Amino acid sequence: MYPIVKKIIHSPAVKEFEVYAPMVAEKAKAGQFFILRVSEKAERIPLTIADYNREQGTITTIIQELGASSTLFGQMEEGDHILDFVGPLGVPSEIERYDHPVVLVGGGIGIAPIFPIARDLKEAGNEVISIIGARNKELLIWEEKMASVSDQLIVCTDDGSYGRQGFVTDALKDLYEERGQLSALWAIGPMPMMRAITNVTRPWELKTIVSMNPLMMDGTGMCGACRVQVGSETKFACVDGPEFDGHLVDFDLAIKRLSIYKDQEKRALAVLEHKGGHCGCQ
Amino acid sequence: MPCQAPQERVSNFNEVALGYTEEQAIIEAKRCLQCKKPKCRDGCPVEVLIPEFIQAVADGDMATAAKQLKLKNALPAVCGRVCPQESQCESKCIVGIKSEPVAIGRLERFVADWEMAKEEAEEAKVADLDTVDGDQESESSATASPKKQKVAIIGAGPAGLSCAADLARFGYDVTVFEALHVAGGVLMYGIPEFRLPKAIVEKEIDSLRKLGVNLQVNMVGGKTFTVEDLQQKGYEAVFIGTGAGLPNFMGIPGENLCGVFAANEFLTRTNLMKGYDFPNFLTPVISGRKVAVLGAGNVAMDAARTALRLGAEEVSIVYRRSEKEMPARAEEIEHAHEEGVQFKVLTNPVEIVGDEQGWVKGMNCLRYELGEPDESGRRRPVPVEGSEFFMEVDSVIVAIGQGPNPLVTQSTAGLALNRKGTIQADEEGRTSLPGVFAGGDIVTGAATVILAMGAGKKSARAIDQYLQSKQS
Repeated sequence: MYPIVKKIIHSPAVKEFEVYAPMVAEKAKAGQFFILRVSEKAERIPLTIADYNREQGTITTIIQELGASSTLFGQMEEGDHILDFVGPLGVPSEIERYDHPVVLVGGGIGIAPIFPIARDLKEAGNEVISIIGARNKELLIWEEKMASVSDQLIVCTDDGSYGRQGFVTDALKDLYEERGQLSALWAIGPMPMMRAITNVTRPWELKTIVSMNPLMMDGTGMCGACRVQVGSETKFACVDGPEFDGHLVDFDLAIKRLSIYKDQEKRALAVLEHKGGHCGCQ
Repeated sequence: MPCQAPQERVSNFNEVALGYTEEQAIIEAKRCLQCKKPKCRDGCPVEVLIPEFIQAVADGDMATAAKQLKLKNALPAVCGRVCPQESQCESKCIVGIKSEPVAIGRLERFVADWEMAKEEAEEAKVADLDTVDGDQESESSATASPKKQKVAIIGAGPAGLSCAADLARFGYDVTVFEALHVAGGVLMYGIPEFRLPKAIVEKEIDSLRKLGVNLQVNMVGGKTFTVEDLQQKGYEAVFIGTGAGLPNFMGIPGENLCGVFAANEFLTRTNLMKGYDFPNFLTPVISGRKVAVLGAGNVAMDAARTALRLGAEEVSIVYRRSEKEMPARAEEIEHAHEEGVQFKVLTNPVEIVGDEQGWVKGMNCLRYELGEPDESGRRRPVPVEGSEFFMEVDSVIVAIGQGPNPLVTQSTAGLALNRKGTIQADEEGRTSLPGVFAGGDIVTGAATVILAMGAGKKSARAIDQYLQSKQS
């Protein structure tokens, strides 16, 4: 069992958890993820590592409550125990020193997993420019943490309630116009946002790395639920990724694959809400 | 052996074969000739004391029978159910020359189930008295004698569990590290409930805990820890039993469409995550209405029969050779037929076709005929020119085999591998690294439960020898 040592509520649906999982924290690196199962009847869900503390043995993650499983997790409190917590999984981000600035783009809760990558790139001596965005001010997270590891931080909201108004893609286009030479870009966020970013950077031939978030189950390569079409190859995001060359990823297919269990997910959420928010495990 | 009727069982996940009654078991046991040189034992990869345990059954002494069985086999309730006895112990039975061989597997199953039922009754009694706590009891027996060296087992499938059981009996301090949230490997995620009830696997694994085996779940070899980490933590020998869990795909266009699943995903959702009980359990699984299962091994039969139970209207096994060449057990093929699975043989898809939403709507297939035998001795399927046709399906389950899982092998420097990514190891499981042993599917490629258990057993002996010579 893995105790929740800290919970921060950023907004009604966006919650930050720090979980005591020393074996995972010991090995965790930027770009990796873990899988948890909150209780006996729950699903295994993949979540990206947003931060880790090796001394205290904790892993930090931020979730948005969208379906039954994320809602169940969101309802947990400090001191509660998560039944299963496995990781770190996936290939860590490749961190190197580049000649020109690197750009980190985080959308929504995708800001959280972009943070450790930005931190490592900064520590490796890069000039780090971060662009973070959310639908509105309420959904924006970790502005200060991102500022602490960025040479320049651009904040945007879709509705203009905070920072500059518009999408992260608009901010990126302006940045490119201003700065021209960029060495590499990482984008993490909802798949349509990552697709939009790759479409913007394709004509620039800018190395663009995306962190895919497909459906997963075991997370160790044994089922292929998470497979992604990358160029002409089939890749398993859990063992070959989750990071891939964004210009090679078939996002249209990836977005369709996210909806495979859409009807069942709605049903599970309806059942959960009907039970007044309890999972019924007892 | 009594079975659930086909029309009844296709709508539930309960076990198909119901098992012997005590009377039936004794009658069957009396058919054994008690050979002086029992050939049946040579056919058993874990060398079960077959005439001995059967004699005890014939005498009605089930407790002794259970003891005899467990001396050699850590998982008799599992093996009695899923071993291909027709090509192992029972194939060598002398009685089988003139009539049906003695039903060794069914007797093994009966004895193991009998022992479990008895233990359960005793535990219930103990719980009623509320005197001894189960955990305390197992701890005290685990610490009864001082342990020899520490041994780590990676992977809690059949190979790892049988290796662990023997090492624990030899007195070693054994820890099994498992990546999933439960131990059992393919016994838990792969083989369906209706062939092998999960409650039985769990009980059988619990009995290993009582032997003193320490089981740690949620530990991914190669990610959470490496072989080197284990050696640094004082494990003097390591056994790798990580299996062949990596699903193969066809490499044809359309294999990533929505509605195309690896059998591993389909079966894991259903068995391990109990997707058949959705939404009581939260992991969804869908079978589709018209399902094609590609392949004809036991995994394909399991997937096809699972799809029927999840409510599919039409399930077809699609296989490019004929029924004669199918690698699945005869009994599984027969059960699939009885339950209404259709067999579309000498047929294979060349492309999976999707609709605008990215969902499977069918497959373009070719018809095949059989040519000359290939290196496997089976006649090679040759496509018939101009035979292309469209098969309408809304779900495709790919069951064309699995490869070795590379997470541990990739993270272990100096470990010699074969061309296909399996570990190079000798008969006793010795690898290119001193103190590192391997067995089961990670060495042989996908094979059977009992062969993996046999490999685990042989490695346990080799590990014992290695550790004894290290101490002296």
